[in-house]
Amino acid sequence: MTASPASLRGRAEAEAARFPPLLARAEQLAGSVLLGEHGRRRAGVGDDFWQYRPLQQGDPRRLIDWRRSARSDAQFVREREWQIAQSVMLWVDSAASMRFSSAPELPEKVDRACLIGLAAAVLLLRSGERVGMIGNALPPRRGEAQIMRLATILSSEGAAEEYGAPEARGMLPHSRALFISDFMGDMAPVRAALTKAADRGVRGVLLQVLDPVEEAFPYRGRAIFESVGGTLAHETLKASDLRDRYLERLAARKAELEHLCAATGWRFGCHHTSQSAQSALLWLYRAIEDGGAAR
Amino acid sequence: MMIGPIGFAVPWLLVALALLPVLWLLLRAVPPAPVRRRFPGVALLLGLKDDDSVTDRTPWWLLLLRMLAVAAVIIGLAGPVLNPNEDAASRETGPLLVVMDASWASAGDWPAQRDFLSAMLAEAGREARPVALLRLTEPAAPVFQSADSWRSRLPGLVPAAWQPGADDMAQAAEMLGDTAFETRWLSDGLAREGRAALLQALEDRGPVTVYQSVRPILALGPARVDDGALVLTAQRVQTVLARDITVLAHGRDPSGTPRVLADLPLRFEAGASSATGALTLPAELRARLTRFEIAGQDHAGAASLTDDGLKRREVALIAGRDDREGLELLSPLHYLERALQPSADLLDGALMDVLPANPNVIVLADVATLSGAEQAALLDWVDAGGMLLRFAGPRLAGSDVSRSEEAPLMPVRLRAGGRTVGGAMSWGSPKSLAPFPEASPFYGLDVPGDVTVSAQVMAQPDPTLAERVIAQLSDGTPLVTRKKAGAGQVVLFHVTANAEWSTLPLSGLFVRMLERLAISSAAEMPAAEELTGTIWHPAQVLDGFGELKDAGNLPGIAGEVLVEAPLGRAMQPGLYDDADGRRIARNVIGAGDTLAPVVWPARVNVAGFDRVAEAPLGGWLLALSLILLSADILASLALSGRLWPARTALILAVALMLPDGGAAQQTPEGLTSELALAHVITGDRKLDEMARAGLLGLSETLFFRTSVEPADPVGVDLGTDELAFFPLLYWPITPDQPQPSAEAYVKLNQYLRTGGMILFDTRDADIAGFGAASPNGAKLQQLAASLDVPPLEQVPNDHVLTRTFYLLQDFPGRHAGRPVWVEASPPDAEQVEGMPFRNLNDGVTPVVIGGNDWAAAWAVDGRGNAMFPVGRGYAGERQREMAYRFGVNLVMHVLTGNYKSDQVHVPALLDRLGQ
Repeated sequence: MTASPASLRGRAEAEAARFPPLLARAEQLAGSVLLGEHGRRRAGVGDDFWQYRPLQQGDPRRLIDWRRSARSDAQFVREREWQIAQSVMLWVDSAASMRFSSAPELPEKVDRACLIGLAAAVLLLRSGERVGMIGNALPPRRGEAQIMRLATILSSEGAAEEYGAPEARGMLPHSRALFISDFMGDMAPVRAALTKAADRGVRGVLLQVLDPVEEAFPYRGRAIFESVGGTLAHETLKASDLRDRYLERLAARKAELEHLCAATGWRFGCHHTSQSAQSALLWLYRAIEDGGAAR
Repeated sequence: MMIGPIGFAVPWLLVALALLPVLWLLLRAVPPAPVRRRFPGVALLLGLKDDDSVTDRTPWWLLLLRMLAVAAVIIGLAGPVLNPNEDAASRETGPLLVVMDASWASAGDWPAQRDFLSAMLAEAGREARPVALLRLTEPAAPVFQSADSWRSRLPGLVPAAWQPGADDMAQAAEMLGDTAFETRWLSDGLAREGRAALLQALEDRGPVTVYQSVRPILALGPARVDDGALVLTAQRVQTVLARDITVLAHGRDPSGTPRVLADLPLRFEAGASSATGALTLPAELRARLTRFEIAGQDHAGAASLTDDGLKRREVALIAGRDDREGLELLSPLHYLERALQPSADLLDGALMDVLPANPNVIVLADVATLSGAEQAALLDWVDAGGMLLRFAGPRLAGSDVSRSEEAPLMPVRLRAGGRTVGGAMSWGSPKSLAPFPEASPFYGLDVPGDVTVSAQVMAQPDPTLAERVIAQLSDGTPLVTRKKAGAGQVVLFHVTANAEWSTLPLSGLFVRMLERLAISSAAEMPAAEELTGTIWHPAQVLDGFGELKDAGNLPGIAGEVLVEAPLGRAMQPGLYDDADGRRIARNVIGAGDTLAPVVWPARVNVAGFDRVAEAPLGGWLLALSLILLSADILASLALSGRLWPARTALILAVALMLPDGGAAQQTPEGLTSELALAHVITGDRKLDEMARAGLLGLSETLFFRTSVEPADPVGVDLGTDELAFFPLLYWPITPDQPQPSAEAYVKLNQYLRTGGMILFDTRDADIAGFGAASPNGAKLQQLAASLDVPPLEQVPNDHVLTRTFYLLQDFPGRHAGRPVWVEASPPDAEQVEGMPFRNLNDGVTPVVIGGNDWAAAWAVDGRGNAMFPVGRGYAGERQREMAYRFGVNLVMHVLTGNYKSDQVHVPALLDRLGQ
């Protein structure tokens, strides 16, 4: 393919233009959440000073704070507040089914999922956690620069497959995870991923993002329902008859997810694109925090 | 087939209505087309089965809509007709013969007859009956054809201006053939011979129904002259009620325009079949009458053409000698006066006095010599169509006029002295007249035996003599000779106008000869024998509706036939001319004709033409089905969720709105807040583009160099746009641009008077000097003709335009060095000593006219580059710069007026400040 420089540049600019807004919106969203005190209130690995304590048996000599020890006869060790950085692994489903919105005024599901995911990442990064993408895409790191990397990855083109599945590989033990998807596809990979995560002591949050029509199924008459990628289709003569059974299945799907979460110690939440992203973010942040506190 | 008042042309199509229930079931069974929807949750739907296999039913009202549409199509195609013409009496299915009188009496309500016939043919068409049409005025063997082919010929069917004669009807009866058919006779309601026989012949072949108009028939007889008044007689057929009618006298006004010159109210008393009235008109007005007509009757019978009978010719009588006072019978003019008095207006007086009155005929009785002026005037008059009638006499015989060579006002050369026969002093007996030769205008007149000639002047034998003789004596000597001269003629009677030389003036032949020579005109229709031997050519003939039509190449008609033969195809009513310029009108109603209503035998059905009009409903039903189907489209879209109200409304709006041709104009609000230059839209797209680009370039120049910061230039449509917002209108001229409307000129003049300026640019470099022959210049003159343009002059050296911003002395555009014209300075402007320029007019010149194609020099494209080359190299760029400077100066002049002229007062102002 020989793309002219002009078109290449045009596409590049269009690409580049996509992510500052996402980042900006995510920052704005994150800025709306006021954080409480985050310290662990005990000595540990960290940057901030916590206390001096007398040298004890077994402390390595290099831990002795010589400046403090010189003022007295005893040797002191300088302790820092325990600031353990959590690793949070993020997975935002970008499969075809997420690229759907039922009305022009509603955002696509993937759009909302990326927004919430990135905003949560911003919050987490600001509170000193390490955030990375699940799998090998982006290992968890700290710092502002990670925000840019996350935004770059989240702004990239979506996956081609119809329904996304979380990747279970590369999960750090005892880290945290945030899975955002519509969970409309096959449940087996989700189940496998969660089980594996639980095995490794990873806990986290499942956020299901749904379009309002997926919750309401307001269709009638003869219709052919096609998946967004176009690979799946279902024809019905009377869509209105399907509604109850569809809603049943959707409720069962949610129940299953909830059950799975309960079994593995995860939290499950459902968000609709018609609702405000802020409430979802708030819930999400608390859910991650609570998960941490509960440990 | 009839259902109530509705009949069907193709009734078997209605069977298709039985299919509607089937269609109903089908439509119910066939589901509506599925809607394809994107739905991510489809994974949850997979595997779900429909409860029952029946789809969502099409709603009943949509089905009903479609049923109605289909039913409307079926019924519409079945050809429904409201009130079809079906006569209960006639249930015939065989051939149908339509007999039409088609005479002038039918013409009065011909549209009704034609509609009736059309309806009848339509009905026959529905019944698939072959139809033949027989017009009795032009009988032909009936040809049975399909009704449709007749219908297509209906518009060409017109009534004749005559009535079918007895022989016409007999002929028609013979040609009927042997087949049986039903007859419908469209009668005109007049009794005439032969009807009964034809009716019998028709009844032998099938049932006969007669249709007859109830409209009263009025007819107008020819005008008679009685005691100087015109007597008009109208007749009618229905005599029961009293009735008032008006007879209109049509003629030409002095300018030759046809108009109604007079009208005459007539009253039919109850029971009377005729009404008579007299109309008195001045002779001059009477001579201009062309026809009489009963108002409101559009047929030939109500029109009566006038001919020479109403015309009174002006005849000037001039005698050579008037010395025999009191001896009336010997006066050379006595017999002429007596002969002409009843039918002509006589003029007396000296020749030069009567000539300006331009009489039709001048009679010179024994006048021999004429003065040179008289002769010249007479010659002119004869050349222009006058008729000079000369009589011989002693003076002529004794003079040398036309002796050795033919005088211009004599038809022949004369021998000296003449001759006298049968007198006391001569041998032989007086000569009688020979029968008139065929070429003579007198041919056919009886020669009474007692007309004798005892003396005459003799013609010299000449090669042309034989053809000039129109009457001769029994011994072959010419008695009357004639020659054509120009448009007129000169006739010489070789005898005196009194009874001295012959008894001719005493006989009735004399009067008739004068009539034949169109010197007098007959007051009544001439008798057949008087016209024997003459040939009359139809000049104009009447059609059935009473309109005069050009006769085309109808053959001439012998005089005796003309007055006596009944009217018919060969003898059509109209105006007939003979070779001598006489005119006879043959009217539809002759002097002795009377009208009588036809009386049909009791066995015949007689009906009128009026019946309820047929109204075909097929079109309406098909249209209804179309409407229903489009409603169905909308309803189906709405049902399947594809009807987006906003989008549909948009499509409808786009479909309904006419495309707005004009470019988006700035709103008046925008124009009031910002200055904009404007150009007139000429309709030439390229030129308008250039004008716009030019003004854009000028606007940018102004923007960069001056404090004038114009908005984008605006194209102005003179017809619709308000001009008040623009200080300057640039008007390029093309030869083919449309002339602005009158309202536009009002607007333009208002604009010019209230301080606007128009820059006219002929763009032709003023090739031929200002305003002259170049097409653009001519167009400019045409365009500016209605504008309020003051006197102009070439821009003087001290005009304020030369220094409003830049100091300029010429005003180039793409062309250079041509003069530019502005409003002339006041005549009293004088240069004051010590001042650089005059104190000129105080305002802004309303027009600037030139041909330098400024817009081309100014024009820039979107990137600010010049669009058109100007000149060459640096000199060209300099010229473009000068063009811009001219533009800047012009706009400055418009905006600041004579501000720069005020500098003339600077010394005085400084003086005052100093004090």
